[in-house]
Amino acid sequence: MSTQHSRAAARLLVAPSVVLLFLWMIVPLALTVWFSFERFNLLMPATREWIGLTNYRFFLTDPAFFAAILNTLLIVVGVLAITIVGGILLALLLDRPMFGQGIVRLLVIAPFFVMPTVSALVWKNMFMNPVNGLLAWLQKAVGMAPHDWLATTPLFAVIVIVAWQWLPFATLILLTALQSLDEEQREAAELDGAGAIARFRFIVLPHLSRAITVVILIQTIFLLSVFAEILVTTNGGPGTDSTNIAFLVYAQALLQFDVGGASAGGIVAVVLANIVAFFLMRMIGRTLEG
Amino acid sequence: MARRVTVTQKLGFTALAWGVGMLLFFPILWTVLTSFKTEAEAVASPPSFLFFDWTLENYTEVQHRSNYVRHFLNSVVISLGSTVIGLIIAVPAAWAMAFQPAKRTKDLLMWMLSTKMMPPVGVLVPIYLIFRDLELLDTRLGLTVVLTLIDLPIIVWMLYTYFKEIPGEILEAARMDGAGLWAEIVHVLTPMAVPGIASTLLLNVILAWNEAFWTLNLTAAKAAPLTAFIASYSSPEGLFYAKLSAASTMAIAPILILGWFSQKQLVRGLTFGAVK
Amino acid sequence: MTLRSVLLGMSSLFVLVSAAGAETLTVATVNNGDMVRMQKLTGDFTARYPDIKVEWVTLEENVLRQKVTTDIATKGGQFDVLTIGTYEVPIWAKQGWLVALDKLGAGYDVDDLLPAIRSGLSADGKLYAAPFYGESSMVMYRTDLFAKAGLTMPAAPTWDFVAEAARKITDKPGEVYGICLRGKAGWGENMAFLTATSNSFGARWFDEKWQPQFGSAEWKTTLDFYVKLMKDAGPPGASSNGFNENLALFQSGKCGMWIDATVAASFVSNPKESKVADKVGYALAPDTGLGKRGNWLWAWSLAVPAGSKKTEAAQKFIAWATSKDYLALVASKEGWANVPPGTRASLYANPEYQKAAPFAKMTLDSINSADPTRPTVKPVPYVGVQFVAIPEFQGLGTAVGQQFSAALAGQKSVDDALKAAQDLAVREMTKAGYIK
Repeated sequence: MSTQHSRAAARLLVAPSVVLLFLWMIVPLALTVWFSFERFNLLMPATREWIGLTNYRFFLTDPAFFAAILNTLLIVVGVLAITIVGGILLALLLDRPMFGQGIVRLLVIAPFFVMPTVSALVWKNMFMNPVNGLLAWLQKAVGMAPHDWLATTPLFAVIVIVAWQWLPFATLILLTALQSLDEEQREAAELDGAGAIARFRFIVLPHLSRAITVVILIQTIFLLSVFAEILVTTNGGPGTDSTNIAFLVYAQALLQFDVGGASAGGIVAVVLANIVAFFLMRMIGRTLEG
Repeated sequence: MARRVTVTQKLGFTALAWGVGMLLFFPILWTVLTSFKTEAEAVASPPSFLFFDWTLENYTEVQHRSNYVRHFLNSVVISLGSTVIGLIIAVPAAWAMAFQPAKRTKDLLMWMLSTKMMPPVGVLVPIYLIFRDLELLDTRLGLTVVLTLIDLPIIVWMLYTYFKEIPGEILEAARMDGAGLWAEIVHVLTPMAVPGIASTLLLNVILAWNEAFWTLNLTAAKAAPLTAFIASYSSPEGLFYAKLSAASTMAIAPILILGWFSQKQLVRGLTFGAVK
Repeated sequence: MTLRSVLLGMSSLFVLVSAAGAETLTVATVNNGDMVRMQKLTGDFTARYPDIKVEWVTLEENVLRQKVTTDIATKGGQFDVLTIGTYEVPIWAKQGWLVALDKLGAGYDVDDLLPAIRSGLSADGKLYAAPFYGESSMVMYRTDLFAKAGLTMPAAPTWDFVAEAARKITDKPGEVYGICLRGKAGWGENMAFLTATSNSFGARWFDEKWQPQFGSAEWKTTLDFYVKLMKDAGPPGASSNGFNENLALFQSGKCGMWIDATVAASFVSNPKESKVADKVGYALAPDTGLGKRGNWLWAWSLAVPAGSKKTEAAQKFIAWATSKDYLALVASKEGWANVPPGTRASLYANPEYQKAAPFAKMTLDSINSADPTRPTVKPVPYVGVQFVAIPEFQGLGTAVGQQFSAALAGQKSVDDALKAAQDLAVREMTKAGYIK
């Protein structure tokens, strides 16, 4: 159906987005690549010079580097696991008949609207603090020793906070998908004598697969660069237990003001992100095709 | 609902759902409650839930110290502005991708999304230098531009997945009638696409409203939105939970209320092609 | 709405219009209590100088430092007055990024500034930043708990005494912890405390040739002492406690002792916020008899970036905010106890202040006993008590702080943490070109 004419028109229409994004990507990227080959500390402009690959060598051999990659992946996987499992359960629940469904929905989606910095501050100070926090108080009330979230399980604490923010998003998408499931199909299965688990396994879950894919894709984009939550709560520590790539680059850029090192880190992060994106597309592209 | 459910079951679901709902909402509720406490009460143990001396002193203090209205307006202008500009650029692109797919369309989309994966802090200094030279530091215009570019990939993608659901036959029919490209967009496509555009708009206003890296690092006094407002109440020397809670409540409330009122719109297009 | 309020509204509109042609100063400051008070008193300044308007950018310390540093280093020119600390001033002055403050006016009385503070803010005899408030660190302790345990705190305690007392007072089931110390990773958090403490144990960051010294016996003693003490007598979750967390603990009666910034004294003795306001005693930071005490020196100060086009107006503002008149102004509005401390000798000679602030003498003694130019027992090539005034320190200090915080949390042994710290420091100093 596409004619020469309309194809040209289509190019014209796509062009602004592509050109803008390309500029947005290429200009800073070019500068960043350039800086990454320099000894360039903002605080010592006099020492600026070309040093080749030294910045890359230091970033890649940083003792925290592999921990940071692992932590980045753990955060992505952990949050995805919680939000998808939790989101499916919540969607199944919200799909049931109940009183005040509208209000419950409002309660469930609310965390999505909270600024990441605010939610991190609130969780850290008012909930996870082992002395003044509400969770500690609950534990003490039932006679347990308070759990020190940010010191003993820092990465898990970060995952919990981030998952709390993204659970509503997953729930909403999954719920919409669930509601589009053909009622007759379910009932037919019910009549066939399929149990609840079988029904879920063979009818509901396949139906949700596209929605799950979408949740994975969108959330991964945001989760790869989780940063504010770590900065506010654990500052990457104790040790490097909750340092991810974004935080490692931050430490170079805004603690040491080492623009060269941060640029090298940024480039490494882009490469890693593209590797993830590639695999993601391989895994997910097919599901979305259909 | 065709399924028959006993009242007991319905009550059970109600109780369970309300319990989970309250649990998820509790941190926000607790923040709001804390904002009405004194600083000493905010750290008191055991914590008091409702029976404390309710006070407005935190709100008075915040009003006194910060120009809330200015921060609020900056947030509105920046988040709405960036989303609207983004839509203007993205609608044609998404339309073309959806109805005139080329071989590389999927790759192009993926490339657009991948621009979002770079940690922003890695390019802070280059951007800062560019902004300084263009005199865009601490301007709403500058922030609007940055947020437009940041959200553009998501906007294009959301619209693309939504547009793809629109059956091509309708367009064919329109074309048969001899409608031109422009008429096709205005009269046929737009009405069908409005729900998708609305939900894209909402989601991106939310994302832009909550963006806390660029808005904090590229502003000083004039263009600083609510994220900077929050940063002036977090972690000073001394007790701060109650005042922080008041400031947080004021920063979240507008977007929360907007989100609640428009959640139906939001959900309708938030499917990213997940529902067929 | 009454006629009066309408008129008032209109006249204020007028003022706004007439002020539009005036110079506008953008002041960047930290959201601590004393600065917030300054912001509230802006009216007094603009009344004196009607042709100057003031815009405030008040932010949390870390965010502020990032923004201000990025801006000054790239010459962004967004601010006219900066609030910076004794860490930044020497580094930035050396780069020529700060305007020398030579137009503070005749009545300013520079010689009234405390010598320790003034020397930290000067380079080549010129003042590059004016102190807004100064602080050292000291021991704050609960007189009631000490009396109950039959202990008497000397005015200048040793670390051994402090450790023994802390263990004695601790009553974990009753949620009373003998000592609260900083544990949250950060160059200005746990490393401020630990670096100052290591000075009193005879340790140092670098030798004269910039070789990192974390392998030394002194550092091992310091960190061992700290980790063991906190394990026996510290609160749970100490590895995420900074100034604020400890303040909240102390104010709610859960700490027997707390060694931290002297400004904390005005918080813990304020009955509106603190449950233990009338039961707090003060002592100098502890030592081990080697000649250095474990107290630091810091001054939040106001400076003018070289990029500002309004240096004259900016200096007028700085002169106002750090003057004797300003201290009197705060005293008249909020009482002497709320005056920004630690900058002027005349304040400590003022009997009214001595009466209102029981911690005044101990604060002054602590400040006077710190020496940023000779901070350690053994000689060092750097300036700074609780920091090393080189640009690399923020990053390095935080990385080392993370290791020590992990040791405190029990995730690493003291030896491993020190080894990691040494490796990090060698790496960083090599990269930066100190170690050839």
